[in-house]
Amino acid sequence: MPETTPSQTVGPYLSIGLPWPDGPDVVPADEPAAVRIHGRVLDGAGEPVPDAMIETWQADAGGRFDHPDDPRGPVASGFRGFGRCPTDPGGNYEIRTIMPGSLPGPADSTQAPHIDVSVFARGLLHRVVTRIYFEDNDNSGDPVLASVPEARRGTLVATKAGDGYRFDIRLQGEGETVFFDV
Amino acid sequence: MSAPAELRLPRYRRDPEGTHPPLDYAGYRSTVLRHPKEPLIVLPHLLTEVTGPALGPGRIGEFDNDLTKGHAGEPQGQRIIVTGRLLDGDGRPIRDSLVEIWQANAGGRYRHTGDRWPSPLDPNFDGAGRTLTDSEGRYTFTTIKPGAYPWKNHDNAWRPAHIHFSVFGSAFTQRLVTQMYFPEDPLFSQDPIFNSIPDEKARQRMIARFDLDRTEAEWALAFQFDIVVRGREASVFEDEEDEH
Repeated sequence: MPETTPSQTVGPYLSIGLPWPDGPDVVPADEPAAVRIHGRVLDGAGEPVPDAMIETWQADAGGRFDHPDDPRGPVASGFRGFGRCPTDPGGNYEIRTIMPGSLPGPADSTQAPHIDVSVFARGLLHRVVTRIYFEDNDNSGDPVLASVPEARRGTLVATKAGDGYRFDIRLQGEGETVFFDV
Repeated sequence: MSAPAELRLPRYRRDPEGTHPPLDYAGYRSTVLRHPKEPLIVLPHLLTEVTGPALGPGRIGEFDNDLTKGHAGEPQGQRIIVTGRLLDGDGRPIRDSLVEIWQANAGGRYRHTGDRWPSPLDPNFDGAGRTLTDSEGRYTFTTIKPGAYPWKNHDNAWRPAHIHFSVFGSAFTQRLVTQMYFPEDPLFSQDPIFNSIPDEKARQRMIARFDLDRTEAEWALAFQFDIVVRGREASVFEDEEDEH
């Protein structure tokens, strides 16, 4: 059986090949329930990371994925569910999306609304993965959040800010974001 | 059909130790302030992780798999054809899946404002391509062999010639960005990014094979590079299917 190809860094020039003009738009421009999620990617010195990119993957408002491995059956929503945004010189990113629905979890649990995030950057030899939860949802029963030490859970929760939510990603140091082994 | 009481989802094998580079690697200076110091927390493979974006034909333009076209003239350098298959760790092809590449020109210069290496830019080469895999997981790009270039990581540091590849697989767990290298590059021994992969055999999997069969006479050399993303664990579903 073939063995996995190793990961390598995207390097400093990922913006040549990866970003799309409509990459940050997880939902169409006329989506009435659209929310903006924005934040900064910061390094261990608290400095912005200008050569990073985030990618997001999420369910629609009904908690469904338009994907054959969703055993609850197909949906035909036309919802892309995927967002991609490089950071600007200030380390800022943003995506336009909708609040995902709740999802079934293991052993009859329910996962709170969340978005999976991959972070790529110069200096990252392998992507790092985190999740965005939202402060105005009930996250108390979420099995993944429950597996995170309580003192660090806050790094996974986006806060209300203006017309959307703020979610900063700290790669290292004080308030380091929780990253997952997928 | 009602939803099953307990979801039964495919699970993906985690790659063996040494397959991927550590996030902290002293030889590659840029990792110093960018690697998490807290341990990673194991994320079970739930619905969000076993699904993933299916990015189809809507993302592809006419010349996106031929980086030598779309300009007024021909780019400088050695024309090459790069072919390969996108497979999972069970040997199954991943069909209709987006493959993206980006690279330096023949002189080792990227079309990017941050690249100050004083090798000339080529007006006929942008260095970015996209394609979809076919029904057997195959992809093809026509491009120019990229040059090596210096960087400031260590004294007299040079990156071996490489093409960046990005693939999605069919689930969030399979997302992969890697680099394709060329056979027998004399710069491997001093390159910390190439050598960040702990397992020597895994490192060799990033080196393309010269492919005489695919060369085109008086026109282009050819290289072959398969990309493998992790495989699935045998699932309950498949066991049941086997019984039929």
